[in-house]
Order: sequence, then C-alpha cells, then structure tokens
Amino acid sequence: MTPWRWLQTLWQGRRIPLAWLLLTRQPVRLAVALAGISFAGILMFMQLGFRDGLFDASVTIHRLFDADLVLISPRSTSSVSMAGFPRRRLVQAMADPAVEGITPVHWNLLLWRNPQTRGTRSILALGFEPGDPLFTDPALAPKARLLTQKGRVLFDEQSRPEFGPVAKWFKSGRTVESEIAGKRVRVAGLVGLGTSFGADGNLLTSSETFLELLPNTPPGSIEVGLIRLQPGADPAAAIERLKRLLPDDVTVLTKQGFINFEQDYWRTSTSIGFIFSLGAAMGFVVGCVIVYQVLYSDVSDHLPEYATLMAMGYKLPSLLGVVAREGLLLAAFGYLPAYAAGQGLYALVRGATQLPVAMDTTRAVTVFTMILVMCMASAALAMRRLADADPAEIF
Amino acid sequence: MPLRAIDLEGLSHWYGAGGTRRQVLQGVHLQVAPGEVVLLTGPSGCGKTTLLTLVGALRQVQLGSVAVLGEQLNGATRGTRQRLRRSIGMIFQGHNLLRCLTAEQNVQMGSDLLPGLGYRARRDQAREWLRAVGLGDELNKLPHDLSGGQKQRVAIARALAAHPRLLLADEPTAALDSRTGREVVELLQRLAREQGCAVLMVTHDPRILDIADRLVRMEDGRLLEGEPAPMHPAIIQ
Repeated sequence: MTPWRWLQTLWQGRRIPLAWLLLTRQPVRLAVALAGISFAGILMFMQLGFRDGLFDASVTIHRLFDADLVLISPRSTSSVSMAGFPRRRLVQAMADPAVEGITPVHWNLLLWRNPQTRGTRSILALGFEPGDPLFTDPALAPKARLLTQKGRVLFDEQSRPEFGPVAKWFKSGRTVESEIAGKRVRVAGLVGLGTSFGADGNLLTSSETFLELLPNTPPGSIEVGLIRLQPGADPAAAIERLKRLLPDDVTVLTKQGFINFEQDYWRTSTSIGFIFSLGAAMGFVVGCVIVYQVLYSDVSDHLPEYATLMAMGYKLPSLLGVVAREGLLLAAFGYLPAYAAGQGLYALVRGATQLPVAMDTTRAVTVFTMILVMCMASAALAMRRLADADPAEIF
Repeated sequence: MPLRAIDLEGLSHWYGAGGTRRQVLQGVHLQVAPGEVVLLTGPSGCGKTTLLTLVGALRQVQLGSVAVLGEQLNGATRGTRQRLRRSIGMIFQGHNLLRCLTAEQNVQMGSDLLPGLGYRARRDQAREWLRAVGLGDELNKLPHDLSGGQKQRVAIARALAAHPRLLLADEPTAALDSRTGREVVELLQRLAREQGCAVLMVTHDPRILDIADRLVRMEDGRLLEGEPAPMHPAIIQ
C-alpha cells in the first residue's frame, strides 16, 4: 500500500472528533481540568525532584573517589556508620592481575571544634596515605603533600558555616588551628568537596594523623578500600574473581554500586524517600479526584446525548472510547504546562538551595506515566456512569 | 410479498415487579407495511411510548412477538438489537442533538453509521440532508443558535441520514408552534416517502393527523381497531 493510499484510508476512516469537541466546547471545564492536572503534575515533579536531589546529594563524596571497585565491610550501613575491615584484604586484592592500584581509606565522623565559638559539631574525616591517589580531581595531589606533616588537615571550604570561618581565616593568611576529639590540628589547606546528607562538612588528613585522632581504631583496620583496575579491564569479571579470592568479611562493589549502597540506605532505611514519595502520591490522588470529577460531570451532563447515540445504533464500546479519548487528551494537554513549570521551578530550587535538582528523562517519563494513569483511571471510573445511559428513557 | 416493517402479535408489557407490577400493553397487534405512514394517538399514559421503545429495540420484549424489519426481537441479544437500531431512525420529543456539535456534525453522526463511506462522502451526505430540510445555510451553527423548529429539522436530517427503513417519532411537534409543527411533519412525511421508509409516529396533535396513511388509536394498552383512515387520494391509487 502506497503512503498516499494509506493516507486516504486514514482520511476515510476519520470520524467527527467527538472527544475533542466535547472538551473544547466547554472551555471553563477544560481549563479547570487542565489546571488540576498541571497542578498535580507540578506537585509530582517537585516532590520527586526533591527526593532525587536529596539522594543525589547524599553521595557527593562517593562520586569523587578515584576507584573502579570499592571494598567495604558488610557491617557498614551508610556513610554515617562505616565499619572497619582488615586492610590485608585490600592488599590481597592486588594479587588479581586486573588490579592496577589500591588506596586504603579511613572514614569516620569526628567532632570538630569551631575555632570561633568553641562549639563542637560532627564532621566527616577521611584519612589516607598522602602519596596515594584518592580523588579523580588532580588538584588534590599537590595539597595532599601538606599532610605528610603530623597534625595537619585539609578543610572542605564548602562545609557549612557552623564549623567556623575556617576558609575565610585561612585565605586571609591566619593560621587556623582547632581541636578534633580533643587533639590539636592545624588547617594546612582548603579543598572543595561539597556537603552531603550525612556530613555537613568534610576534612582530609593522613592515615597517621587519623589514627592519632582516633587511637581506639584497631590496628590494620580501614573502612573503605579503593581499587583501580588496568585500563580496559572488565569490572564485572574482576568483582567475580575478587569475591572468590577474598573471604566474606568484605563486600566488593563497583564505584556505582558504592554510590547505590549509600543512596539505598537513605531511600529505604530513612523516611526521606517515603515522605517525598508520599508527597508525589498526594499529587497523584489530587489529580485523580479532579480529573474524575471533571469527566464524571461531563458524562453526566451529556448522558441524554450518549443515550441518543446508543439509540441511533452506536455501540457502548465506541462511546466508552470517547471518554477514554477525553482522558488521553487531558493527560497530554495537562502534562505540557506541568513540564514547563517543572523546568522553571527546578532552576529556582537549584539557585536557592544548591540541591542538584534537574529535569531528567526518567522523571519526565515517570510523571507523564502517572498523569496518563491518573487520567485513564479517572476515565475508566467515569465510564461506569455511561452504563446509566438507557436509550429507552429518552423517549 | 415484501417483508412487513413492523409486525406485532400479542405484545404485552409490564412495569415493576411483585405487588406494584402494572401492565402497560395488553396483547397488541399491529402491522405496518414498508413505506406506510402510521399515526398512533391516544391519551397520555396509555402505553404509546412503551410501544415505540419496544419497536425501536430499546427495551427487552417480555411477551409476544415483535418482528421489526424481518427481525424477531423477542429473545434477541443486545448485539442484535444494537445492529437493528442502525436501520431505525428515531425522532424524539426534544431534539436530543449533541450540544457540542454543529448542525452538520450532528447530521454526520447519523451518516457515520453507514458502512463503507469515506469521510468526505459522509460529510457531503450530511450537507445534502440539511439542504433537504431547508437548513443549507445553517450548517455550522450549534444547536444553541438554532430555533426549535430548526433543531427538530436537524434531528429529522440526522435520523434520515443513516438511511433507515423505519422511522419512529414520538410527538415530534410537541415543542413547536402549530405552523412550524405542521411544516416539520410534512417534511418528515415527504422525505420518508421518498426513501420508502415506514413511519410510526406518536402524536397528540390533531392538526397533523391528515398526513397519515392510517390512524391507530390506543387506550389502556390496547389498540382500537376500525379507526377510519383519512387516506390521501394519492395513496389510495
């Protein structure tokens, strides 16, 4: 069949766009419906955006690591409660031919004394051998050399202001000294890492200093082991080999797996995911109620007309199709303004909170799917009203 | 012998159940030939409308034989009734037009039921019918902007657009003034006759009785036979 013939068939198959006309000839009702759907869509976009943004923010540090694979203890549950495992395991991993390099990392939350107010607050401290690669950002290496001296730390200048005006003082040339866990430390430099859910601030130090600050750490115990693979090595195969090689007092993850591990904690073990998902669900329900109301009263108002069509010989399914098409049109036209408003609000939130909130395809599709389900479910409910259209009653 | 348009034998019908059960039709016999115009009169509540809905395949038959266009409706499935309704045009007391459609689109809802016709052909037919009922200039008006008589004429065009072989009308003049009512009914009768379409019309309106080939009177659910039919000379032949 040529395209032209196909078009002709399509044209001949055309009918009066009843659903479209039913909606557009009642502009007020249409506007109410679209406003309701858009509102529900915006609510879902915001709630899901916040949720994903917060989950994203929980892995600020995780993303920075220069690693292909990560070893952690199976007893670790999240960045705020990392358990130790024997450092030997990381060294054992070197036996695998695909492993190029390793970095043992100490990881714990320590109490930092604000040098100005003298108050303490918990800060995420990472300890590593200053010569080892830690982050993918090459800017760290020259600063790490400053840590070879004992009692020196690199302070994250993006830490929250509650930790004191460390960055400001340091930049103005002052010697910034403070106390961690009762031990004196001096700020040797500034790094830019970013806060996350679990930590309002970060600092880096050498393993040696770290162990000094935390003298109770069992010897030879670390919390995170970074593994770098040879270029071109298959991470999945390497994980399989390492799992066979190492006893089960360590968990082998990819870097992405390490990120997911952290996000899963916040998603499943805290109420954050629930709260925002509930918010999105509320939007969904509100939208359902509005669309259902609009479609139900639309069907009710036109019941005699539907009955007339049935009396003329139109089949019930074709009339149900009209209601379904109304739902479909509402979904499509309600989604567009919601999408546009979502984009604008995300930009607003990014500006105000530094939260990494952006429109991504997955969420755009998710919200559209929810709006579609919302409209079609409401249409399906409104269709039950059509069963009341009795053609025998219209004479 | 051509098939009868309507053939009722011993048709009875009840409403309600148990103690409140009430008989509205009592053994009705009625035959309508193809192309015949029959007017049904009688006091209100005598069962005329019930008869129409049964003949129009809108209601399940309870007792008796109802053959419409050769199809037995007693025990007919929903699907059969639905299909048969496409061959029956219906005109109601109110116009029952779709408010959101223009006159032309309303008529096209009728011609859309015809199988195997393209959109343009169906639209052209709809226009043709509107011209036939004298509304060639009001194609794009919504029912809201039409007068009562015009609306009823659109309804006639819509009913005829599906090429029915039987037309059922329930007091089509009830909402119209006498002159307009007369015009509408004459139009209906002429177009039905051109189509060879049988007409069964319920009416109270004494001024239009003369358009009928035959008058049937109904009282208390029974048809009164022997009513002299005021035949048109043209029909007697």
